[in-house]
Amino acid sequence: MQQRYTTVAIVFHWLIALMIVGSFTMGLVMTDIPGITPTKLKYYSWHKWAGVTILLLATLRLLWRLGHAAPPYPAQMPGWQKTAANALHGLLYVLMFAVPLSGYLYTLSAGIPVVYFGLFQLPVIIDPNPALKPVLKAVHFWLNMTLATCVAGHVAAALKHHFIDRDGIIKRMMPSRQ
Amino acid sequence: MKPSRGTLLATLLGVALIASAAPLKTDPAKSTVSAVFKQMNVPVEAKFKKFSAQIDYDAAKPDLARANVEIETASLDIGDPDMNQEVAKKEWFNSAQFPKASFVSSAIKSAGPGKLSVSGKLTIKGKVSEVSFPLTVKAEAGKQVFEGALPIKRLAYSIGEGEWRDTSMVADDVVIKFRVTAGL
Repeated sequence: MQQRYTTVAIVFHWLIALMIVGSFTMGLVMTDIPGITPTKLKYYSWHKWAGVTILLLATLRLLWRLGHAAPPYPAQMPGWQKTAANALHGLLYVLMFAVPLSGYLYTLSAGIPVVYFGLFQLPVIIDPNPALKPVLKAVHFWLNMTLATCVAGHVAAALKHHFIDRDGIIKRMMPSRQ
Repeated sequence: MKPSRGTLLATLLGVALIASAAPLKTDPAKSTVSAVFKQMNVPVEAKFKKFSAQIDYDAAKPDLARANVEIETASLDIGDPDMNQEVAKKEWFNSAQFPKASFVSSAIKSAGPGKLSVSGKLTIKGKVSEVSFPLTVKAEAGKQVFEGALPIKRLAYSIGEGEWRDTSMVADDVVIKFRVTAGL
């Protein structure tokens, strides 16, 4: 019987997964809109709010994870796979922070602070910087591409375990059936 | 914009002859005019890169002062090339038809030490309205520094038409902030 993650960890996983897919997609859509339109500006704001929300959730998730160990891998899983899985999970954690942070710094370098939900302004930790702006834009983009690649690998591995190995490992992150 | 220049010149000459007030030379490097507004509650301050200010001011006779400011509307720098192109469009400043916004003072009165009360005509996008606002003036390195802020409603000047009328997107309140350094 495969042990599951805690319910809190499962909720964090799926909530953040959904938000990452959503804000990633929105990022692609909004940067594709030519010129400046109200819709485009709205999407940019929503994208920033989503990013900040992911950053907050990732912080809480990391704190929870530090206090609650992941359930063990199946005994028959090869050592290299365990190492690879751990490395990928670590990288995903790093990117959960690095992607929104790079976006946050990017918008600040452009001189546009984030006003969370249009209600309160978040700290301006760097001054507007036209020289840094294109650098941070590229960093934000490539971190996102790295994240997309990692997520694809993560999903592919989960599906491989479920459909090919049939080792029940995917149940670790599934809601309990009861 | 030739007629207004002519009028200005006449005004300047007139003032110089009648009251011997002092036409000052603006120092563009130490002068800024910017628009401050909120976009989805995000504060934005954008500078007009090109403007000219003709100020006629003698500290001894402040009530004889005159001011004429012309701003090139397409020169507003929001910090992004797409945005900068957008504001020159028809829905915003319509810079092709109205390349300049202007302010011409009609009365300037002393309002205490270092303070002036200014009224005059503000013209943006062909819409003229009477405005008045306070101004501070102080001497700095042998020059006069005029500083002030003029709050306006952008929709009163049709700045942002069509879908851009939505004030939840771009607030109606805009403050024109300026700091003009001028000397003899």
